[in-house]
Amino acid sequence: MRTVFYLIRKEFIQIFRNKFISKAVFGIPILQMLILVPAITFELKNVKLTIIDKDMTSESRGLISKLDGSTFFKVSSSTFSEDEANNLLHRNKCSMILQIPSGFGKDIGTGKQGKLLATFDAVNASSAQLTWAYLNGVIRDYNTDLINKNITTNPLVPLPRIQVTNRYWYNEMLNYKYYMLPGILVILVTAIGFLLAGLNMVREKEIGTIEQINVTPVRKYHFIIAKMVPFLLIGLTDLALGLVIGKLAFNIPFEGSILLLFLCSSIFLVAVLGMALFISTFSGTQQQYMFVAFFCMIIFILMSGIFTPYESMPMWAQDFNLINPVAYLMRINRMVMLKGSTISDISRELYSLVLIAIGFTTLAVRRYRKTA
Amino acid sequence: MINVVESSDIAKSFGPIMALDDISFSVNESEIFGFIGPDGAGKTTLFRIITTLLLPDKGNMKVLGMNATTHYKELRKNIGYMPGRFSLYQDLSVEENLNFYATVFGTTVEENYNLISDIYSHIEPFKKRLAGKLSGGMKQKLALSCALIHKPRLLILDEPTTGVDAVSRSEFWDMLNKLRQYNITIIVSTPYMDEAIRCDRVALIQNGKILSIDTPQKIRAGFSRKLFTVKAIEKYRLIKTLKKNPEVMTAYPFGDSIHVTLINDSSDNSLFEYLVKEGISDAVIQEAEAGIEDRFLELMEKA
Repeated sequence: MRTVFYLIRKEFIQIFRNKFISKAVFGIPILQMLILVPAITFELKNVKLTIIDKDMTSESRGLISKLDGSTFFKVSSSTFSEDEANNLLHRNKCSMILQIPSGFGKDIGTGKQGKLLATFDAVNASSAQLTWAYLNGVIRDYNTDLINKNITTNPLVPLPRIQVTNRYWYNEMLNYKYYMLPGILVILVTAIGFLLAGLNMVREKEIGTIEQINVTPVRKYHFIIAKMVPFLLIGLTDLALGLVIGKLAFNIPFEGSILLLFLCSSIFLVAVLGMALFISTFSGTQQQYMFVAFFCMIIFILMSGIFTPYESMPMWAQDFNLINPVAYLMRINRMVMLKGSTISDISRELYSLVLIAIGFTTLAVRRYRKTA
Repeated sequence: MINVVESSDIAKSFGPIMALDDISFSVNESEIFGFIGPDGAGKTTLFRIITTLLLPDKGNMKVLGMNATTHYKELRKNIGYMPGRFSLYQDLSVEENLNFYATVFGTTVEENYNLISDIYSHIEPFKKRLAGKLSGGMKQKLALSCALIHKPRLLILDEPTTGVDAVSRSEFWDMLNKLRQYNITIIVSTPYMDEAIRCDRVALIQNGKILSIDTPQKIRAGFSRKLFTVKAIEKYRLIKTLKKNPEVMTAYPFGDSIHVTLINDSSDNSLFEYLVKEGISDAVIQEAEAGIEDRFLELMEKA
């Protein structure tokens, strides 16, 4: 025990003696939170709209002002030429063209169907679909207005209708920051675990100090534990820092148990550190390690469901996520923070993390050889 | 008296390169045993096998009576190893490094301080300094202190004096000599021939093979021919001219002179006359006693 304690102490001395690392380890997470949380959002606002109004009636103008009045759309230009409108779309000057053919107002007035043509810039498919959904919403509204007008003019005909009242649970205001912040916290903890410990291990190889350690009676698992503990503690400190920033800067709700979140994060960190140290046993130089670790990290993070819903991934990707610790913590963090999930709600994720942690730590200890 | 190291038929190759080829030798208790050989001779590979860091392809390595392959755990407590490259933590201070190595060996600095006091006292005034900021000679003293702090029975030093100035080198050998009183066996390697005489016995090693093992005196005495030193102002021309002469067997530059052996071992004036004829009139030829390096070169020539 005394040896492990001394080894850990040595790591801490080295980390905090390094002027850059000691500051970066706490500075970078703060920056990451302050930059990423407000910046990454899927909310659509101010979609630029080009209007071709060939109708020029009160009905068409009513629709246009309805669109312009919503927060989603902003009529950026109007023209009578389709070529010009297409050109604007091509040059990214707008994201959508709405064409109102002549006769639109007349058709509505005479009880026929009014027709519209909408063209989207679908380079980003999901934002094009979202725009379409918003457009539909606005037009549905406009439709209801028209019908209501008709009812008042002709009250003898009752119109059947279904009214839906909806509520968004766990994130009432559909605040995107509430969704992203728990995810960003996971990325933060992942980066600490994945990069620092592995690099530290490979550095000992590069400068040859590991040779001197290997001739000592230090046990393999002592050495691995000593490499894990400091970065585990740093990771948890960063998590705490991130939560404080989340509360102060973004006022995120925290429904669940903080203790549970830290417990899960600790297990997650052991899993990630185990993976990192396992990779480090294959790498001879820091450059090699960086390359492999970066590649793994990108895969783990992008497949974890931080941006795209986990359930909509193909089956093989969901299978891969069985060994992806980031995917588990991503779900745990969001469930605990936003839904207030308890340990029984997340037990499957928690058990999986424990298994991954044990598996990779064992692999790291076994792969680390004191003899070539 | 038991043999501290007993190596029989040790071989190790890295891919197609045969690093060690049937190495057999034994080291007695409390002796200073030197491995002398050029870079790439296999010294470091051999040391890594003795220190249990590397497994041999074949052969048997017994260290302190234990098999280095199977009893490495027990062995590591009793071996002190100083690798050729400075391998202490450069970002820890002198004191921190020493305490660290004492702790990982399960001892304290105080417990074995008497063993290192001679060496450590030189660097103690700088104990707060980071190891990376020490001079070459001080780094070497710190590395030796750290290798000794657990009172090993066998100390293995891989080229400890490479890159260290001449005064520090000499001091270093004085320290090694003093360690004998603690019954510590020392195996040391060096590329410097002049350090060989400071060892009790030396092994000449080249291309993974041991050419000869003996006391430095006997190795020198093994030189089989008469040796002459030849000096002249124009050294480069002198050696070229000497090598042209069919009577000359070998001619190697040694500092400011050239060591020459002749085919018929005669010591008459014919060599001098030859040089004068070739236009080198200021040559001074003297018969000389062979050094270890001469013997080494002779053995290499034969191998």
